Amino acid sequence: MPANESKELPLRTDDDIVRMRQAVRSIAIETGLSLVDQTKLVTAASELGRNTRIYGGGGSVKIEKVDNGIRRGVRLTFEDHGTGIPNVELALKDGYTTGGGLGLGLGGSKRLCNEFEIDSRPGEGTRVMIARWKP
Amino acid sequence: MERIPILKMGDFLLVTIQVDMHDQMALALQDDLTERIVRTGARGVLIDISSLEIVDSFIGRMLGVIAGMSRVLDAETVVVGMQPSVAITLVELGLALTGVRTALNVEKGMKLLRAATGLADETNHAGERE
Repeated sequence: MPANESKELPLRTDDDIVRMRQAVRSIAIETGLSLVDQTKLVTAASELGRNTRIYGGGGSVKIEKVDNGIRRGVRLTFEDHGTGIPNVELALKDGYTTGGGLGLGLGGSKRLCNEFEIDSRPGEGTRVMIARWKP
Repeated sequence: MERIPILKMGDFLLVTIQVDMHDQMALALQDDLTERIVRTGARGVLIDISSLEIVDSFIGRMLGVIAGMSRVLDAETVVVGMQPSVAITLVELGLALTGVRTALNVEKGMKLLRAATGLADETNHAGERE
């Protein structure tokens, strides 16, 4: 995949999550991320993809190779049209969950990436963008 | 659905996770292992995750649940072979795998299990690969 191109994958089933992890891994390798950075990005993707599927009622992820002229990286945008997150600040806290999980998904994936943006509107859905840059 | 095989070796159960697990597969492994511990009276469970490229919070929770359930059923669990990149990521994610015994490789894991279960003599030959 050339720089600045993107691909979009559905996140509706467990298998979609596995396929998404593999797609993110291969683009992270193409971008030249180190093994540790690949692992961090794929782990964050796994957490956010599961959120999209379970809390968002399914959605999609856009996987992009990005190049800002100085650095190259991978950007992932998770989008769903679910119920949204009423209190994003609270949802980012470790240990907070409404779904019986460990409550590490959002806050944890934020720590694993260089960039993290979340936009959630109750009743409309949630969009989470993360990026990991090659140092 | 594909299931993760569980092998029995003496008093221990061995699990090698070699596929990119989806969530249902992880839940099935939890159930299968509990059932096998009860059915075989196994005293130890060794889970080899050296092929796993990531451990996210879901798999981390599964490992914790397996360790907890086996303890209640009088068996010890040890998780072996975590890749360094996985360990770094896991800690940064916020998961310390509290309550889960770990060892660097299968050999050390077997040693730990034998010591923890007091079965050192009977199964002394097991797990020696090199």
